Amino acid sequence: MTELINFVSNHLEMIYIVILMVFVGVEVIGHVPAVLHTPLMSGANAIHGVIIIGAILVMLGADPDNILAQALGFTAVLLGTLNVVGGFVVTDRMLEMFKKKK
Amino acid sequence: MEYIFSLEFIYIIASVSYILGMKMLGRPETARRGNLIAAAGMTLAIFGTLFLYQGDVSSQIYILIAIAISIGTIIGWLVAKKVGMTKMPELVSLFNGMGGASAALIGLIEFNHYLGDQLSILTIIAGILIGSISFSGSMIAWAKLNGTLRKPLRLPKYNILNTLFLIALLAFGAYIIMSGSDSQLFLYVLFFAALAYGVLFVLPIGGADMPVVISLLNSFTGLAAAFGGFLYGNMVMLTGGILVGSAGTLLTLAMCKAMNRPLVKVIFGAFGEGNKVETSEGSSKFKGNVREASASDVAILMNYAQKVIIVPGYGLAVAQGQHVVHELEQLLEKKGIEVKYAIHPVAGRMPGHMNVLLAETNVDYDKLAEMEDVNPEFDNTDVVFVLGANDVVNPAAHNDPSSPIYGMPILDVEKAKHIIVNKRSMKPGYAGIENELFYNQKTSMLFGDAKKMIQALITELKAM
Repeated sequence: MTELINFVSNHLEMIYIVILMVFVGVEVIGHVPAVLHTPLMSGANAIHGVIIIGAILVMLGADPDNILAQALGFTAVLLGTLNVVGGFVVTDRMLEMFKKKK
Repeated sequence: MEYIFSLEFIYIIASVSYILGMKMLGRPETARRGNLIAAAGMTLAIFGTLFLYQGDVSSQIYILIAIAISIGTIIGWLVAKKVGMTKMPELVSLFNGMGGASAALIGLIEFNHYLGDQLSILTIIAGILIGSISFSGSMIAWAKLNGTLRKPLRLPKYNILNTLFLIALLAFGAYIIMSGSDSQLFLYVLFFAALAYGVLFVLPIGGADMPVVISLLNSFTGLAAAFGGFLYGNMVMLTGGILVGSAGTLLTLAMCKAMNRPLVKVIFGAFGEGNKVETSEGSSKFKGNVREASASDVAILMNYAQKVIIVPGYGLAVAQGQHVVHELEQLLEKKGIEVKYAIHPVAGRMPGHMNVLLAETNVDYDKLAEMEDVNPEFDNTDVVFVLGANDVVNPAAHNDPSSPIYGMPILDVEKAKHIIVNKRSMKPGYAGIENELFYNQKTSMLFGDAKKMIQALITELKAM
């Protein structure tokens, strides 16, 4: 129990961020026309590619002698990059179609 | 101190770019810029993390990171650019899976570094569980969308089985956290069990519900990223992850609403169950004859119509018929006939998918009518031309309570004077259910490939 209390007091900022971001997420999506559901989902898909930051941190902190950790980290960075780059490019391609609207 | 401060500053900018980007993605006029803004924020965050990192890092590690990012960028870019517009939904699923896998791998590596710190282990285990489920689930969704896995596979009592599996999985995860175990075996068993659960979770869900599943898994991956943010105390991962998790959940619910299928029913649902129909031709449960029409019959009908509404579906996209349908539309307009497209919210394989495909061919945005707007218009429509759509025009949604799609909002095409349905054969649609519309007295079937049939129509119409 004390551990939990410590955790909460040590991570107060993060807890606030989580609560506020939940509302921001809800707010941002409200009243979006169905037409844009697919691009929006695709854009959100690219944004969670932010996991790549974690993968990079793993690699930066990796023990240079631990081959397994490096191999896994390498794969994590690679997959994260695919998520980010592929996600944003696909979304852009979808949205390219909308730009000619008068 | 200064370095850390500037990195935090970059993370703030990146977080704002995600929020702004998501907001702008919600409006057609700003959507594209919104995506670019979020992408710019992401690039900034990645390079900031790389170059402002505090600590000794061997050049070998930097080289490895550079190689991984380069390969990922090239492959991701090429795949995203080359793949046809019809394949986009499955591509989103594929990229989502990559993110999930990345989250799971991070957890696997970091487990050993945080032993003894129970709360960090909690975030790590959560990241592994969610990331793995998201990865394997997305792969199954991908295989289902591209047609590799057509039919829902169900073990007997799969609902109970899956639920028990999930409970066992969570209990095992909780055990690892509480016991403070350092067993690598346990860790990998958990990892593989989570992968297996992802497969079991998505396998029984029918293909028509895949967009909802992908959206749900999308928000899962967001959560996995947020857990990573908690682990590292990394604000940009936290904001980005929670934003996607929360927005993704809402988007999932919005999609469910568009299909009038509660999320619980999608997951534990019974698409096609208790209403199994043979996929072979000629074993219909409906009485009556199917009337077949030729391209010239249809051309005559259209030539003397005043108002034609086109209902595009996935079949049109598969036949690559978007461009010819635009040509048909222009030809009819030139003859003084009013033409519109009726877009069902889930036409194609994803909400908005059909709009994207038609916009690609320069169809005027104003001609794309959404369901609520176009439904009252069918009464005074002479010809409805259903192109490769099926479930979204199935009257069973209105009048057959035993049908799995009962209650789903549909396009009321049967109110029109004439209904032309173009299909390749009498096979049921994606949801695997038969369509009474085809046996309607006012319906004529135009069998054949959508593109070829439209081309034939255009030739006939030009000759008139």
